[in-house]
Amino acid sequence: MKYLLLIYSNPESWEHPIFLRTPEFLAMPPDERAELTRQAEELHREITESGEFVVGTALADPVTAKTIRIREGVPMATDGPYLEAKEQLAGYFVIDCDSPERAAEIAARFPDARFAAVEVRPIMDMSGQEM
Amino acid sequence: MSNPGELEDLLRRLAPQVLAALTRHYGNFEAAEDAVQEALLAAATQWPGSGVPDRPTGWLITVASRRMTDQLRSELASRQREEKLASRTPPEELLAPAADSERLTGEDDTLTLLMLCCHPSLTPPSQIALTLRAVGGLTTAEIARAFLVPEATMAQRISRAKGRIKASGAQFHLLPEDERADRMRSVLHALYLVFNEGYTATSGAHLQRGELTGEAIRLTRTLRRLLPDDGEVAGLLALMLLTDARRLARTRPDGSLIPHAEQDRGRWNRESINEGITLITDALARTPLGPYQLQAAIAAVHAEAERAEDTDWPQIVGLYQLLERLAPNPMVTLNHAVAVAMVDGPRAGLALLEPLDCDDRLARHHRLHAVRAHLLEMAGDHQAARSGYQAAARLTTSLPEQRYLRGRAARLTTDPG
Repeated sequence: MKYLLLIYSNPESWEHPIFLRTPEFLAMPPDERAELTRQAEELHREITESGEFVVGTALADPVTAKTIRIREGVPMATDGPYLEAKEQLAGYFVIDCDSPERAAEIAARFPDARFAAVEVRPIMDMSGQEM
Repeated sequence: MSNPGELEDLLRRLAPQVLAALTRHYGNFEAAEDAVQEALLAAATQWPGSGVPDRPTGWLITVASRRMTDQLRSELASRQREEKLASRTPPEELLAPAADSERLTGEDDTLTLLMLCCHPSLTPPSQIALTLRAVGGLTTAEIARAFLVPEATMAQRISRAKGRIKASGAQFHLLPEDERADRMRSVLHALYLVFNEGYTATSGAHLQRGELTGEAIRLTRTLRRLLPDDGEVAGLLALMLLTDARRLARTRPDGSLIPHAEQDRGRWNRESINEGITLITDALARTPLGPYQLQAAIAAVHAEAERAEDTDWPQIVGLYQLLERLAPNPMVTLNHAVAVAMVDGPRAGLALLEPLDCDDRLARHHRLHAVRAHLLEMAGDHQAARSGYQAAARLTTSLPEQRYLRGRAARLTTDPG
């Protein structure tokens, strides 16, 4: 099963890895920060080595986003993301893993899950079982 | 060899023998597996021009051994002396069993390899990937395409699988008798999963995926030759053949799914059905009963009915009862409920579904909602059926299934009954 993991964050400044720029992370004692960074690296290594990691991308600062709407046939581009929210989409991962439980476990190990959220969305499959 | 398909078949058939010979000789499954892949690739590029060598197995072993010694030499200078010795060993000697080992034939080797690739320290996706490469002779790129992941992802999966096997200390020898039954269950399950990946592919864009059914059937046939008295191997092969027989009838040209009862049975492959029925009839008569045999028997009863309304449902109910006793699982209960509904009416089927609601995981599974909706529709409760189909459509992660379920719901919206 493939899942899209959406990494949401509310950093003080936009720079990847994004969790390093969140106020919550910056407020942590140095040893906890180091431990969390180590855990994040460990997670990336683990899902890459296990062959669960399919693709992942860091996104540019939402100030660079443009949102396109067509209303009554007229295209309009506005600056900024579609949803105005404190937490913004910072990047995504596609993973291919054994179960929804495993997908949730991987999501929970992103440091971003502590500071904002990681959303897990199953990816639709072209395959199907006749009933 | 004129036909590229023929060459591919030959190479895939030889792959496990060559790998077994190398692994036994060098005792390094991980490196041997890489070397065999390179030898297969060399053969696939060179043989169409030069012709197939007189002794293709010997050719592959020589090339793979050379690869392996090169690699080992560059990696482990300290073991150089040993490798020089190995590189002078003529290929025929590599093929012969070592003097101190039990006598092994090329065929036992395939079984040993299958069991090694389905080692319990690997997850099913890793077992599948490794089996397709090491036993099936497929390239990493082919496996990656079939599973719709980048080649790098699949390469990682395979190399992790090999690393795990190495770390587990598993050796290349036939498992002791008392461990074989458990391992065979993993092997059969992996082959079943490969088949299912291919079978459920629905559209032309996924042809590569569809080839997995052929590969699963080929590997299961090989297994059947090695273990002619294993009823579950026969059962799995029969199940695959009887299921695959419906492949052309299960989708419309646009990729949408046609439910079992509405399929044009004239498009079912009679040859596969006859082979499947012969296999399962023989297995049921002379081997202990098992879950694959029961599933094949159910598929055979369906296949024997000329029209959906001719289906011998009481017999199917009986087989599901046995299956529930032998290998209980919620998906079996769902199918059992449908069969019961066909014999004793939809309310009887619905009653069987009730206990499943307590299972949290299943309550969020689209199949439970879809089956219930189907039975409610049979019972004439169209409003409840419609919400059931809609709930199922929301929960499935398959596009064709979603489309089918939305279609069923829509039909009930426009139908005043």
